[in-house]
Amino acid sequence: MTLHYDIDGENFQTAGEASANVKKVLRQLGISTDIIRRVAIAMYEGEINMVIHANGGVADVAITPDRIEMTLEDSGNGIPDIALAMQEGYSTAPENVHELGFGAGMGLPNMKKYTDEMKIESTVGVGTKVFMAVNLK
Amino acid sequence: MKIREIVELLEADVLCGADRLESEVHSACGSDMMSDVLAFVKDQAVLLTGLVNAQVVRTAEMMDMRCIVFVRGKMPPPDVIELADDSGLVLLSCRERMYVACGRLYTHGLTGGGVVGE
Repeated sequence: MTLHYDIDGENFQTAGEASANVKKVLRQLGISTDIIRRVAIAMYEGEINMVIHANGGVADVAITPDRIEMTLEDSGNGIPDIALAMQEGYSTAPENVHELGFGAGMGLPNMKKYTDEMKIESTVGVGTKVFMAVNLK
Repeated sequence: MKIREIVELLEADVLCGADRLESEVHSACGSDMMSDVLAFVKDQAVLLTGLVNAQVVRTAEMMDMRCIVFVRGKMPPPDVIELADDSGLVLLSCRERMYVACGRLYTHGLTGGGVVGE
């Protein structure tokens, strides 16, 4: 099963809609609560990132018998130093994002923590593609 | 502790989910930083916070929480209450500040539970 979402970059209030929908679908499929939560958190952090940093993007989720794969792609500014961005506490989020409860530099580390595989491809000025997978077995 | 007891202990207003007050909750956390909630919380059913935007509801939803308590008399806008109601969450608002609200619940047995990584 595959799911596709357009992430609206203009509206911070609607960020998380795609993740909430993925969560609902996985629950209907009878996936375990622990797996669902890991997928939901990783995808939600990714979604928030796309809204904060890249003016939105697209998210594709593939559900196979073995694992759940998430691919998030945007046409934002890109990440110049991925290793630095992966460090807990490092953030380039603007101040207004802090007031909303984000921008603590935990997004990418969290995504890595909650998934079994994570790959980031990014080109400055072109965009970023994040692939994440959570194993079902 | 039942959510109903939280309402009584904090003299809180119930903003939505009045039919879900008999739900049992066993631990809670307090934070205004949703990134930290997503990073460190595990199995806490109640979130105390001073933030009132939609992402607080989304964060609680992702973490399978049952109840959000807005402290310092904060009131979320109607669309946030509606989102929470659709997600099956109970929303409460109390006048106490974060420290006092957390302390009162803690002393009545609603502890912090474990955190991820411990």
